[in-house]
Amino acid sequence: MEQGLALHHVGVSFGGLTALDDVSLRAPAGRVVGVIGPNGAGKTTLFNVICGFVTPQSGSLTLDDRALRPRPHQLARLGIARTLQGTGLFAGLTVLENVMTGASHTARAGFLPALLGLPRSDRDERRLRRHALDTLDGLGIAGHAGALPGTLPFAVRQRVALARALAARPRLLLLDEPAGGLGADDIAELATLIRDLPRRDTDPCAVLLVEHHMDLVMSVCDEIVVLDFGRVIAAGTPDEIRAAPAVTDAYLGVAAGEAAQ
Amino acid sequence: MDRFVFLTLDGLSRGSVYAASALALVLIWRAARIVNFAQGAMAVAAAYVAHSVTSATGSYWLGFLAAVVAGLLLGALVDVAVMRLVDHRSPLNPVIVALGLVLLIQAVLGMVYGNEYRPAETPFRRTALSVGGVAVLSPFDLFVFATIAVVVVGLAWIFTRTAVGLRMRAAAFAPEVSRLLGVNVGGMLTLGWALASGVGALAAMLVVPTELGLHPHAMDLVFVSAFTAAVVGGLDSPPGAVVGGLLVGLLLSYVSGYVGSDLTPLAVLALLLAVLLVRPAGLFAPVAARQV
Repeated sequence: MEQGLALHHVGVSFGGLTALDDVSLRAPAGRVVGVIGPNGAGKTTLFNVICGFVTPQSGSLTLDDRALRPRPHQLARLGIARTLQGTGLFAGLTVLENVMTGASHTARAGFLPALLGLPRSDRDERRLRRHALDTLDGLGIAGHAGALPGTLPFAVRQRVALARALAARPRLLLLDEPAGGLGADDIAELATLIRDLPRRDTDPCAVLLVEHHMDLVMSVCDEIVVLDFGRVIAAGTPDEIRAAPAVTDAYLGVAAGEAAQ
Repeated sequence: MDRFVFLTLDGLSRGSVYAASALALVLIWRAARIVNFAQGAMAVAAAYVAHSVTSATGSYWLGFLAAVVAGLLLGALVDVAVMRLVDHRSPLNPVIVALGLVLLIQAVLGMVYGNEYRPAETPFRRTALSVGGVAVLSPFDLFVFATIAVVVVGLAWIFTRTAVGLRMRAAAFAPEVSRLLGVNVGGMLTLGWALASGVGALAAMLVVPTELGLHPHAMDLVFVSAFTAAVVGGLDSPPGAVVGGLLVGLLLSYVSGYVGSDLTPLAVLALLLAVLLVRPAGLFAPVAARQV
């Protein structure tokens, strides 16, 4: 019995273009799994399949051994949370409110209790507020709770986005290029943070990371899946991936070539 | 001086109603980026429901309650059955549809209730009390103030201190992201329409008795004032709408008291034009660098 996310022989094509070809991978609970590959390798399509923006033509998905047919608006209830490239924070909400929104699907009281000022909606709101504050505290940014995201440095905003995803207590956490736009020091801190993510809650969650920054991927991932032209060309531990010739050719070779220019 | 005090208080009383109507416009603008030009007509429809309920039961308060409930339901209905189906790619489409709704609602009201003015009931006297020989506010004015205060504070509380309010704000700011976080964006939109239309209905109940009475067109001029108030406030800012409403109320009161009541519609339009020409983002918007 394997907990976490699994893709079984997933295939996606747009018109004549194959975006994902027979892709199988696992992101077990308690692990950080990285997805790397050159531009256009299918990383974004993979995320879009897991989030329900793209329905695969073949194959299937499971989350904690249950069939998964994701729809974007049901993600939170299915136990999937994601961060977005460029944080995607609500500019007009405070940091605390941003994080509260991440967990707001757990609030039971509807509109009428709120309108009538019933205690239930009040309790809900206080519980959300406390939970959000705890989450911010866990990431060391509780001091910014009252600030608007626009006034904060990018590295802090990135953390707020992470807190918003974590506040939902996900079974699967999708990180979309979390190092984008960060400096070297911030990336080192982020690496420590990501390594601890799966075991933050009492119930371990699975973390799937798409990232260009190779050092980060190599240092935080338990397993790495390499995509090229929509196919899985290698999968294994960071050490195995470093040694795999197919990867060096398809990915690191390209990077080395770019660096040489 | 007495006259000035009276006009100021009267202006604030009317202005508070404009403030509530402007607030309703701002609510929908923030949630859906639509200026609901049908708000006045929808509010009159709710006021007619109140009229029917009060006639049938003899109770003003049952009618008042019925108006608010009818307003909430009508708002939700307009969103689900009309606005949701309109192609929003051009901002003009919802505007034209809203104007069509005005014609439709006013025509139906005219067919059902007739196109004549009906006296509107008030729960309190409208004769002004005197303080030291100066005529100030009537009991009805005080009722208007109190009701609007409750509505403004209540809305602020819902939006800032409840989980539903948080979801509504999130859905308005970034619908796509909110959807990913599990927010029912469509439901929040419908809720926003219901809430705004309920507030609009309440405003109609408070302003119609101070005008000529109930008529399918009773809210037309009030709507122009409310729209002006919302534009003065910046259309995106609830506090701006409240301040804008009070400012418009004061302006109209002074114009009608010192210049002549015939000129008030002109004064509103002049103010609207001036704000749109000089500060189109509203008096309270931060001054943006000019885009070249």
